[in-house]
Amino acid sequence: MDRQVKGILGTKLGMTQVWDNNRVVPVTVVQAGPCVVTQVRTPDKDGYQAVQLAYGVTNPRRVNQPEAGHFAKAGVAPRRHLVELRTTDASEYALGQEVSADTFASGQFVDVTGKTKGKGFAGVMKRHGFHGLKASHGVERKHRSPGAIGGCATPGRVFKGTRMAGRMGGVRFTVQNLTIQSVDQENNLLLVRGAIPGPKGGLVLVRTAVKKGAPA
Amino acid sequence: MNTLDVLDAQSRRTDLPDFRAGDTLKVHARVIEGNRSRIQVFQGVVIRRQGDGIRETFTVRKISFGVGVERTYPVHSPVIDRLEVVTRGDVRRAKLYYLRELRGKKAKIKELRERLPA
Repeated sequence: MDRQVKGILGTKLGMTQVWDNNRVVPVTVVQAGPCVVTQVRTPDKDGYQAVQLAYGVTNPRRVNQPEAGHFAKAGVAPRRHLVELRTTDASEYALGQEVSADTFASGQFVDVTGKTKGKGFAGVMKRHGFHGLKASHGVERKHRSPGAIGGCATPGRVFKGTRMAGRMGGVRFTVQNLTIQSVDQENNLLLVRGAIPGPKGGLVLVRTAVKKGAPA
Repeated sequence: MNTLDVLDAQSRRTDLPDFRAGDTLKVHARVIEGNRSRIQVFQGVVIRRQGDGIRETFTVRKISFGVGVERTYPVHSPVIDRLEVVTRGDVRRAKLYYLRELRGKKAKIKELRERLPA
């Protein structure tokens, strides 16, 4: 946990492509921030170091009294989403400070977290990538089925965790080690190489990559 | 208008001439060999334009030493140095895949005669 983490909340706007060195690069455009700092966690008071960021417009009538008080303490207008980042440089943030897209620079590695698109009740081929059964050779009405799920007498039961059909998607998911292609400070846009979870308009959290060291 | 049109406009090219399937085109493409680049010209008939916006591509077909050669370029690619429309073709299709089965004189495309202003 003793890492310096930078992060920002944003909205996924969609995918497009840009040219880099005469090559096509697929990018996802993220409207990143502007976020505000609503709370700074300190070891003395909270036992750990973290910074709380808020993002997004909200209906003032939907803000309840405790929330309104929390935002008033930071001296900012209420926001829709809150997130906490554990970072060693939390003390460098001030209450009410604005965090914008220039937190990141092009070439940096990031992890992007979002809520995936819900796929409903999905079969094993779609949900777990099973191959299904054969198209012919006597297979009847079972082409997309999982096949066997365990022995008959031994063990005489189905093992826990056996992959089966069920609800797919609609869960929090993180894509790691994506590269920032470029940063548009004017419009607060981040161009991230590759795909990120969630629908267009979905909330995403962009953070410094966990598995990559400082950018060379 | 789509959300990312403004962003795409930055990488779009506006210096290219209008062309469509059936036109004969000279594509001046930059080719990088090792550490020097040169311009390579590929002349042929446009047999399709495909896609929309920044990801639109076109395919040029020519007969080289008796073998049909097709090259597909992104319309907005920075690799393209210059596009030259040699002739306008008179065709009734947007996709000229039928040219692949034709040889010789039958594969020739009539030149479009511009309608004279009255």
